[in-house]
Amino acid sequence: MNLNLSSDDEAFRTEVRAFLKTSLPKELSEKVRRFEGASKADYDFWHDKLNEKGWLAPNWPKRFGGAEWNAVQRHIFEEECAMANAPRVVPFGIAMLGPVLQKFGSDAQRDHWLPRILNGEDWWCQGYSEPGAGSDLAALRTSAVRDGDHYVVNGQKTWTTLGQHANMIFCLVRTDGDAKKQEGISFLLIDMTTPGVEIRPITLIDGTAEVNEVWFTDVRVPVANLVGEENKGWTYAKYLLTHERTNIVGIGFSRAGLAVVKRMANLAQSRGRPLIENPFFAARVAQVEMDLMAMAVTNLRMVFKAAAGQAPGVESSLLKIKGTQIRQEITDLARRAAGPHAMPFASEAVDGSNAPLPDPFDAGRVTGTYFNNRKLSIFGGSNEIQREIYSKHLMRDAK
Amino acid sequence: MNFELTEERQMLQDTLRRFLAGASGDVWQGLAELGVIGALFDEGQGGFGGTGFDLSVVFEELGRADLVIPLIDNALVPGRLLVAAGESVEELIGGSKRLAFAHTEVTARYDLHRVETTARADRLSGEKTIVIGAEDADVLLVSARHSGDADMTAGIGLWQIAKDAPGLITRGYDIAQGGRAAEVTLNNTPGTPILAEAYDAIAGAIAAGTLAQAAETLGAMETAIEMTRDYLGTRKQFGRSIGTFQALAHRLVDLMAELEQARSAVILGAANLEADSETRDRHLSVTKNILGRAGRLVAEDTIQMHGGIGMTQEYALGRYAKRIVMADHRFGDTDHHLEQFIALGR
Repeated sequence: MNLNLSSDDEAFRTEVRAFLKTSLPKELSEKVRRFEGASKADYDFWHDKLNEKGWLAPNWPKRFGGAEWNAVQRHIFEEECAMANAPRVVPFGIAMLGPVLQKFGSDAQRDHWLPRILNGEDWWCQGYSEPGAGSDLAALRTSAVRDGDHYVVNGQKTWTTLGQHANMIFCLVRTDGDAKKQEGISFLLIDMTTPGVEIRPITLIDGTAEVNEVWFTDVRVPVANLVGEENKGWTYAKYLLTHERTNIVGIGFSRAGLAVVKRMANLAQSRGRPLIENPFFAARVAQVEMDLMAMAVTNLRMVFKAAAGQAPGVESSLLKIKGTQIRQEITDLARRAAGPHAMPFASEAVDGSNAPLPDPFDAGRVTGTYFNNRKLSIFGGSNEIQREIYSKHLMRDAK
Repeated sequence: MNFELTEERQMLQDTLRRFLAGASGDVWQGLAELGVIGALFDEGQGGFGGTGFDLSVVFEELGRADLVIPLIDNALVPGRLLVAAGESVEELIGGSKRLAFAHTEVTARYDLHRVETTARADRLSGEKTIVIGAEDADVLLVSARHSGDADMTAGIGLWQIAKDAPGLITRGYDIAQGGRAAEVTLNNTPGTPILAEAYDAIAGAIAAGTLAQAAETLGAMETAIEMTRDYLGTRKQFGRSIGTFQALAHRLVDLMAELEQARSAVILGAANLEADSETRDRHLSVTKNILGRAGRLVAEDTIQMHGGIGMTQEYALGRYAKRIVMADHRFGDTDHHLEQFIALGR
């Protein structure tokens, strides 16, 4: 075994670092480091920068305008971006819909939608979960009824991340109410400016409103916007979820988070000394750093397997569980490090009654981020669902 | 031994629970009229309680309610300081006067003696941080150092400062658990001295605050767990209520075990509030450390078992979870009390 990257991969890492150094403005990376949340303009700016370089879609083939990197290169890129505190690439168009259209879409759909994802003409969001269909996604009830050249869509989606910025939503809809629940589902692309689409933000406990509810009332969607075959949407959805799950580990985010914790612990005082010298706190930091070092190797094992052409399998469930635990532990440490200064709290909906918040350790929204990151073990298939998936797989081979 | 509440405390609990169930807005005067503020002080001080078990009954009920009431910060802690200084708490008990204690400074973290605000001829200069309830207070009690350095417990005094005193600047903001705090700047601000050597009084008042905070957190944990039980009973996925999945049902049982540990930890703290300071502080470290650990687990697991709905501001569970987690940032966190327990242990 050899834990060193090849010289080509090291050269690639150097190239990515150089790009980040020249292209990522300091004020943007500071905003990300301080967990202040990127605006739509920030995301658009960063997507454009990456697109100019041809790096916006690492996972897409070159013929569709992607970088066509292998899994190792993608891993290096994601890690470097996270460590540099770059805004994340919004995954809905690039990481989720793109691969689905490339594999299951028609030529006309690919020609029309893929370039618009890259150039930012369309901002996509994901219409999967419903109030009654969370972990049990196949229980979804939003219906699409064929009427000539259109589907007429009625129902409600929820937890639609960044839907407030989106003009397009890809939805799972029920096209056959009589079929077994996974079998009557189709994958539909819906223009959110169509009459009958309504969106309302959901304020979360951290005060942000990054998720939304979306209602559909007699929304007419051209039949041309059906991806693949009618009633085969579950297959495409599962394909998409595999992509969602592999990106959820977030080694780079954890490393960046750990750097934030250490930075805070050098600035904060405990018993008249820097907090980082307090053995109780230092032990917590060390413990999670050890976990992260091992996790990074687990992740690389999966990455190299994927680079060798093997699709990410059921082990991605284990990666999600452990990866989210570590990320959550790190944001817990950041909150702890702030001590009493974890309390000052600005919600996104600032009403002007707040003085500038005291922030002596230059940490930004650590408490909000701790609460916000509870989502990591809930979304993308909750950790309970991952355990269910993996235990079925595990017990299948029991003697 | 007898773990039953006395008849008086049972009545106090029942009355308070009924009152809070229908309460909204500013409930301060209502609490005073019910005698809740009086329950925080003994008869000699004009109240009718004041022991650890009186506090735990009151604050556990406050914790169960979906309200943020700064009774610790605007009454209990500053009231105890007034008592220690030989001042009257009658107006406080009657509800006509509220106070706040401006003490913590940025470099102090959870240490009570790290005071660098200075007092020279009863004029105070310095920066106090995260003063909860400062905006609602009529008068501030402020700690300052007249001698010694930040590592010493001696040399810290207490002053009363009027809200309109010259050189006093208060800048308020929201805090994560609900309610408001403020940064308080003093620039040669005149104050009335009430206690020359105040460290023991501060430690005693903060001990009462620590117990109260723990009891309040216990109450919030009870409600969060009840809400989760009800959610597991009603929410259906895969054609059945999710409470029929063992993975979730067993997890809830684990939380119940933590809750009972937390309840006993609060009883332990309440029983030792009147003990000598070393015994008191060692037991309160048990209370606060256990509440810190159990609280985090309850907050995180009840959110997890609810799923997305547990993360929304509109649904009460998230508000309880925030109060539970943020309690660990007050009066010393889990690690601070682990460290203190070791330091005081033999």
